Amino acid sequence: MTKTGASKQKKMNARVDFTPMVDMIMLLVTFFMLCTTLLKPQTMEIAMPSDKEDLKDEERNQAKASEAMTILLTGGDRLFYFEGKTENARENLKETQYGKGGNGDGIRNVLRAKNHVAYKKILDLKKEFETRDINENSKKEYKERLDEIKSEKGTPTVIIKAADEATYRNLIDILDEMSLCGVGKYVIDKFSESDKELLKEKGVKFEQ
Amino acid sequence: MGRFKVTKQDTFIDMTPMSDVMVLLLTFFMLTATFVKDEPVKVNTPGSVSEIKIPASNLLTIFVSPKGKVYLSMDSPQGMRNLAEQVNTDQEATVISDIETFSKLPMFGTPMNVINAWMKAENKNDLLNSNSPEAGIPCGSGEEGSLEKDELKVWVTAAREACGENMRIAIKADHRTPYKTIKNVMNSLRSIHENRYNLITSLKGADD
Repeated sequence: MTKTGASKQKKMNARVDFTPMVDMIMLLVTFFMLCTTLLKPQTMEIAMPSDKEDLKDEERNQAKASEAMTILLTGGDRLFYFEGKTENARENLKETQYGKGGNGDGIRNVLRAKNHVAYKKILDLKKEFETRDINENSKKEYKERLDEIKSEKGTPTVIIKAADEATYRNLIDILDEMSLCGVGKYVIDKFSESDKELLKEKGVKFEQ
Repeated sequence: MGRFKVTKQDTFIDMTPMSDVMVLLLTFFMLTATFVKDEPVKVNTPGSVSEIKIPASNLLTIFVSPKGKVYLSMDSPQGMRNLAEQVNTDQEATVISDIETFSKLPMFGTPMNVINAWMKAENKNDLLNSNSPEAGIPCGSGEEGSLEKDELKVWVTAAREACGENMRIAIKADHRTPYKTIKNVMNSLRSIHENRYNLITSLKGADD
């Protein structure tokens, strides 16, 4: 460019091109979007009975026969349950399905029927709290009242026994049912030889 | 000339508002970023209706793979460092010689006698995923008189010592994991009186 005069000023363009910057920021945003986990995994809290206060067989049977229920999980996603005492297990043993089941005869309905008193109270409680503001206090009160209902006298005690062949998903599913049906008292117990014998009669196969 | 004058169109688009928005987005993603942890062992957690969030810090995670191998991870390098030092003190031997390398591991899971060799190896993840007996922390068979040493117990006890009472324990197992392994892990935890722990699940809607 030839200079025509010393005094002539060149008109400068004050605009800056932002396109490369936008490109770069776009890339950064993409990177962060792909590398983040927004959803935290959920968890369920569980408290196991300790060794020291391990339930003795006699104590276990103290739970009234009408309130006790035993759920047996085995391989092949099969699920059995019986109500009442272990001695009468053979007559009372029934097979069922996880969740709602096909014709509404799944374990959920069994548990809800068993726990109908507490379950109805929980539904009422939910209704009552639906209309109220959600804040720390109401949440706390809700939780306290829920715990109270769940631990009331007369609510069923569920004993969960899983065989070695059952999977982790079976265990989580059945723990889920406990919270869905509002069962507050449940324990995970050892799968004994007598349970094995019982299920063998029902055609369940075991590894050994 | 004036009549046919074409108005000179400016093809320059102003990128400033776009760039503003982008920077905002970028800031959002940067601040909410929790990076996906590099987990050498892929674990698909089962779905559950539980909505409790997992605690963000001071967490000891026990991974159980579908093959039934057990791995451990702490959420912070500082936690790993403390754990390594505590294990060395507890065992009165140099179980982990290179604490700095150990603190940067995302996950570990080998028997104690081979852990130093494993840390020096190139293909750490392949070794963890392999079927060899050198993958996975031995956690005993849960039966009395079993010969296999329960090293999970040692690690968890050390972690509890190193990270204090506020440390939470979480079990993250694949949905196909046989209950047998879960039972062994639970028995190990029970034998050292760790009775409260979390089970990590992913979210699933209740099909009411």
